Amino acid sequence: MSASSNPTLPGGPFPALPGRVRHFVERFRRGDEIAHVVTLIFAAGVILITGLLVYVLWVNSSASRHAFGWKFFTTSAWDPVFEHFGALPFLYGTVVTSIVALVLAVPLGVGAAIFLAELAPPRVSDALAFVIDLLAAVPSVIYGVLGIFVVVPFVRDILAPFLESTLGFLPIFKGPSYGIGLLTASLVLTIMIVPFIISVSREVLMAVPPDQREAALALGATRWESTIRVVVPFARGGITGSIFLAMARALGETMAVTMVVGNDPKIASSLLAPGYTIAAVIANEFTEATGTLYLHALIELGLVLFLVTFILNGLARLLIVSTEQRGGAGNA
Amino acid sequence: MNLRMFWRKAVNVIMLSLTGASTVLTVAVLFFILGYLVYNGGKDLSWHFLTRLPAPVGETGGGVANAIVGSGKLLLIAMLFGVPIGLLVGIYLAEFGGKTFSFVVRYTTDLLNGVPSIVIGIFAYSLVVVPMRHFSTLAGGFALGVMTIPITLRSTEQFLRAVPNSLREAALALGAGKWKTIVTVVVPAAASGIITGIMLALARVAGETAPLLFTAFGNQFWSSGWNQPVSALPLVIYNYAIGPYQTWHEQAWAAGLVLLGLVLVVNIATRLVLSRKTSAAR
Repeated sequence: MSASSNPTLPGGPFPALPGRVRHFVERFRRGDEIAHVVTLIFAAGVILITGLLVYVLWVNSSASRHAFGWKFFTTSAWDPVFEHFGALPFLYGTVVTSIVALVLAVPLGVGAAIFLAELAPPRVSDALAFVIDLLAAVPSVIYGVLGIFVVVPFVRDILAPFLESTLGFLPIFKGPSYGIGLLTASLVLTIMIVPFIISVSREVLMAVPPDQREAALALGATRWESTIRVVVPFARGGITGSIFLAMARALGETMAVTMVVGNDPKIASSLLAPGYTIAAVIANEFTEATGTLYLHALIELGLVLFLVTFILNGLARLLIVSTEQRGGAGNA
Repeated sequence: MNLRMFWRKAVNVIMLSLTGASTVLTVAVLFFILGYLVYNGGKDLSWHFLTRLPAPVGETGGGVANAIVGSGKLLLIAMLFGVPIGLLVGIYLAEFGGKTFSFVVRYTTDLLNGVPSIVIGIFAYSLVVVPMRHFSTLAGGFALGVMTIPITLRSTEQFLRAVPNSLREAALALGAGKWKTIVTVVVPAAASGIITGIMLALARVAGETAPLLFTAFGNQFWSSGWNQPVSALPLVIYNYAIGPYQTWHEQAWAAGLVLLGLVLVVNIATRLVLSRKTSAAR
């Protein structure tokens, strides 16, 4: 389309320019292209910030990476005075507390999600989901305070003596308990991650097309059988995604864990013993870190935490999106 | 056969009741948290507590006024930094974006949302505290600001997408340009939703402690400037809760009640506004 062939725009300010360019200039003058470019730059900025985050962690951990290499992850000496840094106790504490929390939280969370998606009337389900979302909004430091003043005494006075007297023959429940420790941290984490599992699992369960349930029920399955054999397998990817999300959150949780885990860099086989996690050691020692190597060792721990949660979150998003799309496609 | 049927029905009832029980247990936890905080924190909560500086160790009384103001200042900076980015990128994704690049931006945002808050703290420390050679309000606000971006962005995009296309077409038909349509028609139509998203983002970062530990650092007194360390409610709760004194513990409960109250009020109010809006749209 050339300028002269358009009767509604006789000439215009740039009659000599070819149509496409003129069109662009016209739009540019109205601000459309400026707006497009500006918002695009900001969008690129988000990617840039994330990239910068990785860069900062990588550069500022260089001294530690060069000094220890892979041995950083396989040795367990943490000695700031002689500058020997091994991350094993922190990796161990982080993994153990997160896994125990998941073992407790997954049945609870998926169970509640099944109830909300399959059994509860929509109004009740929405109201309860609202309450559970609020639970997810409670700041972690509040969970920490409750952990110190409620969960720690509970573990010390009731749970630990009980576990020791009944299951004390297992190595994981041996030894004295001071209340603080890996088990206490796991319990607090459980409370914190259950809301995440419930709210995401409920969404993916509700995205399962109703004809799947009806088909199972029509074949004579009970409600539970239709749920566990048809609905849950259909939503399996999304539920796994919600578990990954919860795991990423448990691994990276700082305040609540720092307040109850005991902050002792040892590898103890007993869950009742105190331990330490990656996030907790960063929180406790970062401002006291003297010397480049010490600081870089802590930042390398941050880098590890970042990479692990990054991968878990990435997988989780893919799983949830693909499951919800499958449900949506089935509906259509 | 009859026995088998009985068994299946029994399993059905037992398992379904167990799912109900796990729901009740989870919801009970929230009410327990609320009740316990109100019970323990209510005792020390007073006008005095909200308007005084912390008392020196060993003296009774004192309050958290500096922490409340500090939290406000940190949130202000977080908002100034995070909200414009979230808004503009949300507009880009909903109104301009193509396919591949938008997907990358959206995915990155989700991943940024999942970065542990302590790592954001390291980020802000390296980027702001080290060059400035100072723990500061600015550094703390920057850390919180980074965390507000993903939430603001995704909610902005979501609510812009919910605006019916007929509104855009009407504006375009009247001769408005695309940008003019967005600014005068689309964004105002989605305004309440967008503001809700911003409020939720601020409510979330208001409770963050970990990114403030080595950025805002904390302060026993009034902060004397934007480039000086500043106190914040979550920091005070943390320091008082792990401290050795009984009076500190009591004040941690009271400060916790203030923080949880603020966070829950914002959450409940915005979600109610939202649900009313979505049900009206139906």
